[in-house]
Amino acid sequence: MFKAVYNWIDERLDVAPLWRDVADHEVPEHVNPAHHFSAFVYCFGGLTFFITVIQILSGMFLTMYFVPDINNAYASVDYLQHKVAFGGIVRGMHHWGASLVIVMMFLHTLRVFFTGSYKAPREMNWVVGMLIFFIMLGLGFTGYLLPWDNKAYFATKVGMQIAESVPYIGVYLKELMQGGTIVGAQTLTRFFAIHVFFLPGALLALMAAHFFMIRKQGISGPL
Amino acid sequence: MSNHEGQKPVRKEMSRRQFLSYTLGGTTAFMAGGVVLPMVRFAVDPILQKKEKSAFIKVVEESKITNDPVEYKFKIHQVDGWYESEAELVAWVSKGADGKIFALSPVCKHLGCTIGWNTEQSDQYVCPCHGAHYTRDGKNLSVAPKPLDEYQVELKDGFVYLGPIVANTRV
Ligand code: HEM
Ligand code: FES
Repeated sequence: MFKAVYNWIDERLDVAPLWRDVADHEVPEHVNPAHHFSAFVYCFGGLTFFITVIQILSGMFLTMYFVPDINNAYASVDYLQHKVAFGGIVRGMHHWGASLVIVMMFLHTLRVFFTGSYKAPREMNWVVGMLIFFIMLGLGFTGYLLPWDNKAYFATKVGMQIAESVPYIGVYLKELMQGGTIVGAQTLTRFFAIHVFFLPGALLALMAAHFFMIRKQGISGPL
Repeated sequence: MSNHEGQKPVRKEMSRRQFLSYTLGGTTAFMAGGVVLPMVRFAVDPILQKKEKSAFIKVVEESKITNDPVEYKFKIHQVDGWYESEAELVAWVSKGADGKIFALSPVCKHLGCTIGWNTEQSDQYVCPCHGAHYTRDGKNLSVAPKPLDEYQVELKDGFVYLGPIVANTRV
């Protein structure tokens, strides 16, 4: 059945070269943990991607219940966590995944650093990786406000004070991020938009660039 | 002056390719601007909106104020986008060595935690977050880069009225 459907599509669109180009390439021995166990350090990039996919999926499902409004945000999170079947699991995936993705990204960065993979010709991919890192920090910062509890509110307040301490533009930066003079209703909607649309959009574009470059340049050689 | 005998006069003429790339490029830029500008203006609106000055609020009888700072709470009408509420503010009010009544904002000038008076029995304001210390006048002794902010004070009919927050005037 599946085979028949695949063949039917392949006859019309010749899709085989598409997925072959993505999937059909050799994994060099020095990055294969089956050959040298220590090569597991090469898995951290893939693990970062795996957790990112979980973040995006679980986040999409959280928005089915979540309301970005100061009167209802906390109640909606409380409801989805305690009243909705598997709410604790889905929110837990997003909550713990947010920290885990940072850990994985850090380990991946260490691997890239200690194998010297950032050197020519891969400098641009290091830069793209750094941009992804800052996007992730942004996702963590904006997402943290969304449950609108005390911890969320005060963490954001402190974050705003840090932004305000930037010379000259700090005051404007803070007000722009807050969407007003206080951390309030407009901050929550703003952070929600940034968390759910702007940053994930930028993240997907950067990840595409990251993987395109890896595919083009191949994995770096053994030490 | 220059002599171009036998040469055709050179006309500074635009090629078709140049003409097209200018007009099409210009049109594209115009249309892209038409799409992007409204969204940018939309996003930055909060920093361009007029801020209303906060009014002076009656807080406490003048006669109750001593040399020791006491925490007073008062409410202001707060407009936050489509939400209006009565927000509670806190001020530490005391009489200075000069006999003048002044009111300090409880927001730590390090990273914005809430300070308390004399929590370490040292006659100082102390911030629980990273240990900033301030004198009675709000002078920053450690950690914080600036002295505590002050509320503008007005005395009327024996009452203390507090207004907008301003930079410390006492240190
Ligand atoms: C398209 C992608 C994403 C969507 C649609 C999304 C959506 C959401 C929503 C609706 C919430 C509020 C519900 C709650 O607090 O449980 C939330 C919270 C949060 N998000 Fe995301 N998110 C996405 C990606 C990410 C990523 C990649 C990160 C990683 C750094 C992240 C970090 C957080 C954090 C730290 C919270 C607070 C969670 C909590 O306190 O339980 N999000 N997100
Ligand atoms: S916020 Fe008060 S000491 Fe850091």
